Amino acid sequence: MNSLVKNIIRFALFILVQVFVLDKIHLHQMVTPYIYFLFIIWLPFRMGRTQQMLIALVLGFTLDSFRHHPGFHTAACVLLAYIRPFLINLFIPQEGADNNYEEPSFKSMGGVLPYMIFISVLTFIHHGWLFLLEAWQFGNIWYFLVKTLLSTALSLFLIIITELLFVRQQKFRTNTV
Amino acid sequence: MRNIFLFLRRYFNFILFLLLQGFSIYLIVQYSNYHKAVFSKSANQLTGKVNEQFNKVEYYFQLKKTNDSLVAANEKLYNKLKADFELPDTTSNFIIDSIKVDSMEQFRKYHYYPAKVVYNSVAAQNNFIVLGRGASQQVKEGMGIIDPNRGVVGVVTEVSADFAVVMSLLHKDSHLSGKLLKSGETGTLNWDGKTPNIISLAGIPKSSKVAKGDTIISSGFSTSIPKGMMIGIVQEVKPEKNTGNFQIKFRSAANFYNLEYVYAIDNKQAENIKTILDKVKQKTQ
Repeated sequence: MNSLVKNIIRFALFILVQVFVLDKIHLHQMVTPYIYFLFIIWLPFRMGRTQQMLIALVLGFTLDSFRHHPGFHTAACVLLAYIRPFLINLFIPQEGADNNYEEPSFKSMGGVLPYMIFISVLTFIHHGWLFLLEAWQFGNIWYFLVKTLLSTALSLFLIIITELLFVRQQKFRTNTV
Repeated sequence: MRNIFLFLRRYFNFILFLLLQGFSIYLIVQYSNYHKAVFSKSANQLTGKVNEQFNKVEYYFQLKKTNDSLVAANEKLYNKLKADFELPDTTSNFIIDSIKVDSMEQFRKYHYYPAKVVYNSVAAQNNFIVLGRGASQQVKEGMGIIDPNRGVVGVVTEVSADFAVVMSLLHKDSHLSGKLLKSGETGTLNWDGKTPNIISLAGIPKSSKVAKGDTIISSGFSTSIPKGMMIGIVQEVKPEKNTGNFQIKFRSAANFYNLEYVYAIDNKQAENIKTILDKVKQKTQ
């Protein structure tokens, strides 16, 4: 399938699932899982950083529009898109793996562990920044910390399930391109 | 000059990142200006359409609760019917009031419009409710919203053609005034962003005789919500350390988890009051 069409469908699905399924979950009125930012994590390796940030802006703003108080998710998504390329460079196994594969996954990141660390760090940063912006207005540091950690754990759990359910076909491309 | 361009090219991504972050934080802080922006209206209309489609499915799962609350509201109304009261004939002359409801219309202060809730959240720190009724169906900004059992829900902050956004009591900027039914003191409602349905009432002096189980009603000071609507029941009273006030936590009368139908209250005199207030403000300036 065309990469553009694929990503548009992904975008719509992630937003709908987030707004109408995951936002309805609130364990102990505190923990809400977020997985929509997986869209940014799954963007192709070769995409420019400027493009990534602008796409993240659109994604965050779309989700914010459903919550009628814009800014929180926009900020978190843009931060995520800015940090993602640094982390990819850090965790990518060998020189040129980002040329061999399309997008980050268990396979292209060279195994379960590096990919898990990659995802965990990004999830933590996203949640941390999101809840910090929210807590900044309410000002309670312990509540913020516990909320961030628990939400990160729950989100990661759901992300792993998503990764296992929807296995993305990663073709090995020759690196002569 | 050349160095500036070189600098810009080298750090373009970082500068863009800072700009975008600045833009997001500007949106968060300048929240009230967002409402005035034109694109917020169309975004609101669009998300409203999506919410409405989803609500059609979700609505069926809530039918039982919706029905229960409507039956409870009906029960209250039935018990107020004139026909259910019979006074002994002690009066010497009995005058039938000949004023028809129609001729009273010009004196009407409040009008209630039913509205369906198409989107509702309790999990966020700032919660909103979206109603499937908008400006073309008489909903205006600043209208008060109550649930079928006259429990205060919030105030309309934004309207588009077919949808309205309500800032619920579970929002950090929502500061309606509440009144203790028994002793009559008024205070301000605040939500701390933690537990839905538990809200605090600030500004009640320690001299007040407030106890657990007391009722809090709306004060009627604002033009949006009439006096005497149920806001909640006091759950916890603690003296505040540094001030002369109590810290009161109460359970809201409206259950924000399962709102299905609400009523928007139109205050017909709101315009009138507003023009007088504006006049006074102009004079004092």
